[in-house]
Amino acid sequence: MAISVKDVEHVALLARLELSDEEKNMYTEQLNTILGYMEKLKELDTAGVPPTAHVLPIHNVLREDVERPSMDREKVLQNAPYREDGQFRVPKIV
Amino acid sequence: MNIDKYEIVIGLEVHAELKTNTKIFCNCTTKFGGEPNTHVCPVCLGLPGVLPVLNKKVVDFAIIAGLALDCEIAEYSKFDRKNYYYPDLPKNFQTSQYDLPICLNGYLDINVDGETKRIGITRIHMEEDAGKLVHGGETISSSDFSLVDYNRTGVPLLEIVSEPDMRSPLEARAYLEQLKAVLEYTEVSDCKMQEGSLRCDANISIMPKGSSVFGTRTEIKNLNSFRALQRALEYEILRQAEVVEEGGTVIQETRTWDDAKGITLPLRSKEEAHDYRYFPEPDLLPLVISRDWVERIKKTLPELPQARKERLIKEYGLPEYDAGIITGSKALADYFASCVNIYPEAKTISNWLMGDLTRLLNAGEKEITDSPITPEMLVEMLQLLDKGTISGKIAKTVFEEMFETGKRAEEIVKEKGLVQISDQASLEKMVDEVIGANPKSVEDYRAGKEKAIGFLVGQVMKLSKGKANPGLVNTMLREKMK
Repeated sequence: MAISVKDVEHVALLARLELSDEEKNMYTEQLNTILGYMEKLKELDTAGVPPTAHVLPIHNVLREDVERPSMDREKVLQNAPYREDGQFRVPKIV
Repeated sequence: MNIDKYEIVIGLEVHAELKTNTKIFCNCTTKFGGEPNTHVCPVCLGLPGVLPVLNKKVVDFAIIAGLALDCEIAEYSKFDRKNYYYPDLPKNFQTSQYDLPICLNGYLDINVDGETKRIGITRIHMEEDAGKLVHGGETISSSDFSLVDYNRTGVPLLEIVSEPDMRSPLEARAYLEQLKAVLEYTEVSDCKMQEGSLRCDANISIMPKGSSVFGTRTEIKNLNSFRALQRALEYEILRQAEVVEEGGTVIQETRTWDDAKGITLPLRSKEEAHDYRYFPEPDLLPLVISRDWVERIKKTLPELPQARKERLIKEYGLPEYDAGIITGSKALADYFASCVNIYPEAKTISNWLMGDLTRLLNAGEKEITDSPITPEMLVEMLQLLDKGTISGKIAKTVFEEMFETGKRAEEIVKEKGLVQISDQASLEKMVDEVIGANPKSVEDYRAGKEKAIGFLVGQVMKLSKGKANPGLVNTMLREKMK
C-alpha cells in the first residue's frame, strides 16, 4: 500500500500543517519507506497473537475520587495569545 | 404524503455525565458552573508532560450502569485517542474508548402503548467531556471568534450506544426516558438535561416497509429534551420521505435541531473530521476487571425502575399506567414512598402526584425535589379532606395555595375561611334558593331524570363558593324534592 502525495495532503490537513510541494514530496517518500518496513513485518505469522496496546505488564492504575485545588486562572491563561472575560479567545472555527 | 409505507429506523447515542467529585483523569472538581477556567489543571488542559490517572469511581459507575443495562462487563478494556481539531478540546484529541469498551451487548425494556419492547444496547464506553464554546456571533459560522471555557473538559462521561432497534419517535422517547430513570436510580448521573448532564444524538433512516436494507441515515444533534427528541425525529422522517418521494437520495450527514423553528439543518461539516485516527492511549494503562470486582458491585445495585414499578403494582395495587409514571422518575417514586408510609390510600396519592402536583411543577418549571409541598404536607391536606373539613373542590384551591406559599393546608383553610359547610341549617337556605330558581330541573328530577340532580348540586356548590359539603347537599336536595 503505497502512500501518495494526496494521502500526505490529507494527513497534513487533519494535522493543520501547511506543507510546500517540496515537503509533500519529501514526506511521501519518507512515509513510504516507513510503511515499506511495515510490509516487512507483515511477513511474520501473527495468527494467535493478540494485538498489543501496551507493552508494560501493569494494569489498573487508578486514583481515588478526591478533589484537589485547581490551577490559578492567571496561570491558566498566561500563554493564551488572546483572552476575554477569563476565557481563551480563539479565531473563527468553521 | 403517505409515510406509512416507510419503516423508520432509529438508534440513539446518549452521553451521561457521571456524578463523581472529580474529573476522569485529574483531581479538578466536576461542579457545574463556576467562573470560566477555574476548574482546570495541567492534566485537563493537556499541557505537555502531564500524566493522566483514571478515577476509580468512573470505572465503578461504568460497571454499575453496565450491570443495570444487562451488559457484559469486559475483562480487558483500554482507552484510545480520538483525534480531531476543535477548540473545545485543548489536546486536539479526546480520550475515549474505541475497540475495547468497558460494557457490551446489553438491553433495556421499554413500554409503549402497553407493549413491552426490548431495545439492544451495543456498548457503553468511558470518555472525557469537552469544554464549552461561546460564539462571538449568533451562530458558529457567522462568528469571527469564539470564547473557550475548559471547566467541563475532563468531566467523566458514559456514552451509551443503542442498536438501531427503535421504529418510531415515540419508542425513541420511551427509551430515553427509561434510560434516564435507570441512570437516576443507580445514581451514576444526575441526568439534568437542561444543564447538559444528559445529552442525546439520534441516528435515523427510513426504508420501504418489508425491506431489510437500511436507508442512508442522518445524525441529529442538539436534542436537549424528550420533546425535542420526539419533534426532531418526526420532522426528520417527513424530510427524508420528501427527499425520497421527489426521487432524490438522503445524504449521510450530521444535522442540528433548531428548537425554535422546529426544523433540522445540516451542520457545516468539520472537513474530513470523521477521520478520527484512533490509536491506543499510551499514557493510560489497560483495565483488567476481575469478576470479583463485578460481583462486589452487583451486590450494591439498587432496585431498578422496572422492579420498582412491579412492586408498586403488587404492593399498593396501583394501575400499571400510574406505576409507570411514578417510577419514571426516581425522585417522584421516592416522594410517593414517603407519602404511602404515612397515608394508606396509594391511588389517591398517585392521583394527586400525577395530576395537580405534576401540573404545578411543570407550570413553575420546577423539579419534584424542589416542590414547596412536602409529602407530609400533602398527606395533612388529604386528612383534612377525609375528615370533611374541606371539600374536594376546595382541596384543589388549597393545594395550589400551598404550592404558591409553602404554607400548611390547615393554616390556609383557617386564613381563607375555606372550611366546608356541613351543617344543615346553613345549607338549607341555599338549597331552597336553588330549588326555587330552577323549576325546570326540579321537574326533570321528579320525572325521573337522575342527571338533573347533578346540575342542582352544582348550583348549590356555586352559591356556596365551593364550600358546601356536596354529599350532604345531594341528600338534602333529594329529601326536599320528594
